[in-house]
Amino acid sequence: MNENLFASFAAPTILGLPAAVLIILFPPLLVPTSKHLINNRLTTTQQWLIQLTSKQMMTMHNTKGRTWSLMLVSLIIFITTTNLLGLLPHSFTPTTQLSMNLAMAIPLWAGAVVMGFRFKTKNALAHFLPQGTPTPLIPMLIIIETISLLIQPMALAVRLTANITAGHLLMHLIGSATLALSTINLPSALIIFTILILLTILEIAVALIQAYVFTLLVSLYLHDNT
Amino acid sequence: MLLTAEDTKTATKISRLKKTEEHSGHQDSKIASVVPVKDKKLLEVKLGELPSWILMGDFSPSGIFGAFQRGYYRYYKYINVKKGSISGVTMVLACYVLFSYSFSYKHLKHEWLRKYH
Repeated sequence: MNENLFASFAAPTILGLPAAVLIILFPPLLVPTSKHLINNRLTTTQQWLIQLTSKQMMTMHNTKGRTWSLMLVSLIIFITTTNLLGLLPHSFTPTTQLSMNLAMAIPLWAGAVVMGFRFKTKNALAHFLPQGTPTPLIPMLIIIETISLLIQPMALAVRLTANITAGHLLMHLIGSATLALSTINLPSALIIFTILILLTILEIAVALIQAYVFTLLVSLYLHDNT
Repeated sequence: MLLTAEDTKTATKISRLKKTEEHSGHQDSKIASVVPVKDKKLLEVKLGELPSWILMGDFSPSGIFGAFQRGYYRYYKYINVKKGSISGVTMVLACYVLFSYSFSYKHLKHEWLRKYH
């Protein structure tokens, strides 16, 4: 049973070749681009949503930070579409793989930190010591602040992985519990089915929220460092 | 690379590259009524020719890409309308679900006959 529970998270392969690449490349097909001013309904809706989120996200940055707007908006669109597509039956969610989330988190975080150290060295180093700390505590606090800086990419990646994976796993478990109980005791199976519906709504919310949190934190690191 | 039957069907169903002379009137039928099996559309292939039709399809990367492109443009007429609805995207998602099912078939195969999960 253990093998079957986690089997859905295994990366799909076609005769040993990774098909995960194909699945990662699928979401852009759902977001059409167009060179017309007035588009069809799908394109208009998506453009409106993208403008809404980009305005919301990028107002807090200065000019230098806004050069990252393409990166951040494409990041949030990618994570949202990938998470939402993962809620379909039998589909594979690339964001459940820690490798992919690390690949997203580490370069973005490193870019923001290196930029901060290069252009505003004094400000970036000043983050390591909060204002007004008592003098004996300074060495310890610098160590703690360094660790909290270095752990940021790990936290970003693990947060996204754990949330999405846990949600999928919980849905698998409750779904199989519903199926197993449906033959034994029908009312309890219906109760558990209600729980499944609520979980699905939660999962949709989690998919959206996780994308938002990821991108928000990256933009926060950017704001500190520009 | 494993191709689903869906791709080859799309590829040849809409391949209008070589217009068959069968449509151009019966007076030319004696001259050019023999169309190679490879270029026939799926509904015109006879049942005995089906394996050879599948095997002779264009499986090179550019052929596969051409098949996807033709399929995409054929699908695009459901999207590029002024008042599109949710059904355009739903078709793609349904195909995606079937596509993912084919990947997890190997794992699901063992679940059918089990009494206790």
